[in-house]
Order: sequence, then structure tokens, then C-alpha cells
Amino acid sequence: MTIDLVLFLGLALISVAAAIAMIASRNAVYSALFLVLNFLTVATLYLLLNAAFIAVVQITIYAGAIMVLFLFVIMLLGTERESIDGGIRWQMPAAIVLGLGLAGELAFILLRNDSAHKPLADLSAEFGSPASIGRVLFSEYLVPFEVTSVLLLVAMIGAIVITRMHRREDR
Amino acid sequence: MNIPPAYVLTLSGILFALGVIGVLIRRNAIVIFMSIELMLNSANLALIASARMLGPAQEALRGHVFVFFVIAVAAAEVAVGLALIVAIFRSKESIDVDEVSSLRG
Repeated sequence: MTIDLVLFLGLALISVAAAIAMIASRNAVYSALFLVLNFLTVATLYLLLNAAFIAVVQITIYAGAIMVLFLFVIMLLGTERESIDGGIRWQMPAAIVLGLGLAGELAFILLRNDSAHKPLADLSAEFGSPASIGRVLFSEYLVPFEVTSVLLLVAMIGAIVITRMHRREDR
Repeated sequence: MNIPPAYVLTLSGILFALGVIGVLIRRNAIVIFMSIELMLNSANLALIASARMLGPAQEALRGHVFVFFVIAVAAAEVAVGLALIVAIFRSKESIDVDEVSSLRG
């Protein structure tokens, strides 16, 4: 067992445990914090996979901005606790069985894939650096990049409109 | 790192399935939304692992660019989705998805 494999298995264990804790904890604030832990371990995996730029983007946007927004809304609404009563009785066991079935099939198919078992070629530090991604992003993908800015603007306006309309109705 | 990319792809598959389970068993709309984020994140992990597998070809960087766009779309989605959840809370005083059934015939 190489050091790489030990490192990967440790990270995989932490990320899966954090994901399970996220869906199992009753308090939504704990769920959000476990999701942050999961995002951080995945960012570390990105670093190990020669994706330095994406790892930093993951930490700043996902673990930083998006999860702060989540925590903000949870605390604004004060709905961190979930009622246990009600709901369909067989929903949880059925969901767990079907979900584990999906996980098993995905693992079986992906592990059987021969081309994914070949040893990896050594990459230079240049691969996945901000400079190399920027070159691709601003030449080949310039138009989609600009469209993304429009998308973010539309999302911003949409969020403002959706939350303001209801305030007017309340008056 | 020199481990078979199949392991990383398998990890992303397991995380995706956990996100599916979270969407199916939870009734708090915010936690369901976080499970969707988990699924998006596992798809990103699969893209990065595939890019690593196809390296050092310069075309493999397209996987990284795609992940960048997915993160941007996820940010937009979170802004609109959380605004919708806040709007639902204002009219229903609850974000339990079982209570949001006004459209049921």
C-alpha cells in the first residue's frame, strides 16, 4: 500500500462519513457544517488530482460563499429542527435500500472499467494551474464565460424579485 | 497522486448516492437543497478525476473549465433556491416539504 493510497482512503473515509452525518443529523446547522467538512475534503482531493485552481475555487465559493448563505438562511428562518412525526412510514427504509442499490451499482460499474485502472501519467505543475485554465477559459470558452456573468446577474435579480414580492403582499 | 482513477470515480458515485438518499429521506427543504449540492459536488469530482486520467493532453483542461462553470451555475442556483425557500417560509410558516402541497388536486 503506497502513501498515496493511504492518503486517498483517509480522505474518502472522512468525506463519506461527513456526507452520512449531514443527511443523518437532525439539526440543519450541523448538516451545513458537515457539508463544509465534505467540501474541504473534496477540495483536498482536487489538490491531489492536479487541480490547484479548482481546489481554491471550491474552498472560496462552495465552502465559503455558498455555505455561509445556507447558514444565514437557516438562522434567519429559525427552522433548524425538523419535526419527526408524520410522513410516509415506509419512505425512509425504501429510500435507503434504493440509494444503497444505486451506490452499489455505480461502484460496480466504475470499478469494472478497465481504462480507469491504468497507471496515471506524470503531470507537470503547469497542468491545472490558474494560468493554464485562464488560457483555455479566455480563448476557447470566452462566450460561455461571458454568458455566465449574465446568468449570475439574472439569478441576483431573480432572488431580489422573489423575496420582495412577498413582502409587498404582507402589507 | 498515483492511484487508479477508478477509485476516485467510485468515491464520487458513493457521494452521489448519499445525496440521493438525503433528498429522499429528509423533509427540511434546506437539507434537501444541501443534498443537491452534494450531488453537484460529486459530479465535479468525477470530472476532475477524468481530466486527471486524460492528462497531460491539453484538452483535458476542458474538464477543469467545465467544473468552473458548474460551480458558477451552482452559485446562481443557490441564490434563487434559497430565495424561493424564504418566500415559501413567509407564506407557509414552515419549510417542511410535506406541507407544501397546495397544488395537489
